[in-house]
Amino acid sequence: MARINLDHIRHAYGAKPKSETDYALKEVNHEWNDGGAYALLGPSGCGKTTLLNIISGLINPSEGRILFDGTDVTHLSTQHRNIAQVFQFPVIYDTMTVYDNLAFPLRNRHVPEAEVDRRVKEIIEMTGLGGWAKKTARRLTADQKQKISLGRGLVRSDVSAILFDEPLTVIDPEMKWVLRSQIKRLHKQFGFTMVYVTHDQTEALTFADKVVVMYDGQIVQIGTPAELFERPRHTFVGYFIGSPGMNVLPADIAGDRAAVGGESIALNFQPKVAAGARIELGIRPEFISIGREGMPVAITKVEDIGRHKIVRARFADRPISIIVDEDGEIPAEPRVTFDQKAINIYADSWRVGEEA
Amino acid sequence: MEKTWNNKAWFMVLPVLVLVAFSAVIPLMTVVNYSVQDTFGNNEFFWAGTDWFQDVLESNRFWDALIRNLIFSAIILAIEIPLGIVIALNMPKKGIGVPICLVLMALPLLIPWNVVGTIWQVFGRVDIGLLGRTLASLGIHYNYVQNPLDAWVTLIVMDVWHWTSLVVLLCYAGLVSIPDAYYQAAKIDGASRWSVFRYIQLPKMKRVLLIAFLLRFMDSFMIYTEPFVVTGGGPGNSTTFLSIDLVKMAIGQFDLGPAAALSIIYFLIILLLSWIFYTVMTTSDAQG
Ligand SMILES: Nc1ncnc2c1ncn2[C@@H]1O[C@H](COP(=O)(O)OP(=O)(O)O)[C@@H](O)[C@H]1O
Ligand SMILES: [Mg+2]
Repeated sequence: MARINLDHIRHAYGAKPKSETDYALKEVNHEWNDGGAYALLGPSGCGKTTLLNIISGLINPSEGRILFDGTDVTHLSTQHRNIAQVFQFPVIYDTMTVYDNLAFPLRNRHVPEAEVDRRVKEIIEMTGLGGWAKKTARRLTADQKQKISLGRGLVRSDVSAILFDEPLTVIDPEMKWVLRSQIKRLHKQFGFTMVYVTHDQTEALTFADKVVVMYDGQIVQIGTPAELFERPRHTFVGYFIGSPGMNVLPADIAGDRAAVGGESIALNFQPKVAAGARIELGIRPEFISIGREGMPVAITKVEDIGRHKIVRARFADRPISIIVDEDGEIPAEPRVTFDQKAINIYADSWRVGEEA
Repeated sequence: MEKTWNNKAWFMVLPVLVLVAFSAVIPLMTVVNYSVQDTFGNNEFFWAGTDWFQDVLESNRFWDALIRNLIFSAIILAIEIPLGIVIALNMPKKGIGVPICLVLMALPLLIPWNVVGTIWQVFGRVDIGLLGRTLASLGIHYNYVQNPLDAWVTLIVMDVWHWTSLVVLLCYAGLVSIPDAYYQAAKIDGASRWSVFRYIQLPKMKRVLLIAFLLRFMDSFMIYTEPFVVTGGGPGNSTTFLSIDLVKMAIGQFDLGPAAALSIIYFLIILLLSWIFYTVMTTSDAQG
């Protein structure tokens, strides 16, 4: 178990990166606390796998340093870093039995056979592969194979960290839930540092204490699920987290008022924005209420998804989404009000605070 | 799903059947015909039954040649398969080196058999050959025309030079089909170089190795042109393989009956051995 520091890490796959766009990882400075459970959330291609591979040493970063508990490990090989990693698609050793597959990482490290047996049996129990232990791994289904891959990641008890790269993609939803709780339980029990990559926000929010959101080769926000929801630092986080995502509307700022289209909205702070910046106002669908008072909207569609209704509407000539309670009523001439506390202002996509 | 019988399919394969009949079955039946009859020319044939087969099977000449064939195949397989694997493992996986290596590897395969034979025949000559002269000047007595061991070494080196590439290319095809994730997982699991070979690369190469093994076995067991060009079966009979013996019998001595019988025995041996290898290797694969 270890604290992991990423110090000015940048990575380009090509040999001679010329511009910023050649970098798969733009610049990452981050500390993963010892024993933390992190979710790494971001769209496909934003550099999540690249970041994990840099931590585990499968890739050498083009620039920057990696430290484990303060020791520089940038040039240490994967074998010496003592990291467990589970990949997105199953990797199994075809010719070995399920048992031997799980024992493989331990035997390679000369763990005593009695200990190997104890650990492997525990994992077999956990993944529900009981009847398969003595069978050749080749005959398993894709999700059973992935459980083995997962098991090989969890079988070692002395690792610095366990990295999961979208490990449950090929597993059916119900089993996904079971396995995720098992991983959480292991985290509580042994206190491994865990980084769990996913592009599924529910998965991220249920797994982690801290969610790290990546976008276009950068970490755009690190926070608790509540922080990500209430105060997205970047409009991307606003869109990406929440269903539907945050409404982001072009705006103009004058003192403590924001003008959106023809409407003027009062803020509870005075955002300090640089002249010439592209200003946007962000408000989550949950914090807009429909009634007879407020600013006019034109409703285009109402989607009833059970627990609540999603209202699609046009506001100041822009599409917005509003979440209304299941029994919430929508008047004939609807008007909306924004919850003042929930309004975020963005300049060039980055959030402007009261403090800025 | 119900299986439907569609007789039209037979018409579709008919052209192929006709082709195979002309190219394989009819010549083969002619040979069978010769093998059970005797003739003194004038197109007169007498029934000979299994006499020719008995003659062949009772002759030392046949057994000696067969043993030479088996030893030759065993040696070249023992060299070419491991060597091919080692070379394939060390070939570059990406970059400009890949096409260069592939072309270099393919070159010997593109040279016709008799040319290969001629190249080595000249190369090894003690009077003018580069190899022969060099070895002589180093004080090594090498003469494939007089020394049976030297003749064998020459043939083996020549075959290795000519055909190892085939094994390399087949193994390489198997190796490049392994996704990167396997090597990454192996690193994470702390696997040694040997474990990576044993548990990732070898299993992926198993199928192509089976093909390589069978091709090299059949081909080396039928070897004719190269020893014919280089040694002519000598010195003495030391490199007289079944194929060379067969041609001597059929064309040199015009013993059509025994030659036909030998052909059939030869054919059956290859078929039998290939079948045995194939079965043994595929069943061990299924159990593994
Ligand atoms: N081996 C590679 N060679 C070249 N480019 C790569 C390679 N792996 C990933 N990339 C590029 O780097 C970027 C980040 O990829 P990746 O880290 O796999 O993203 P994610 O895991 O978030 O989907 C992508 O634009 C991808 O095309
Ligand atoms: Mg990925």
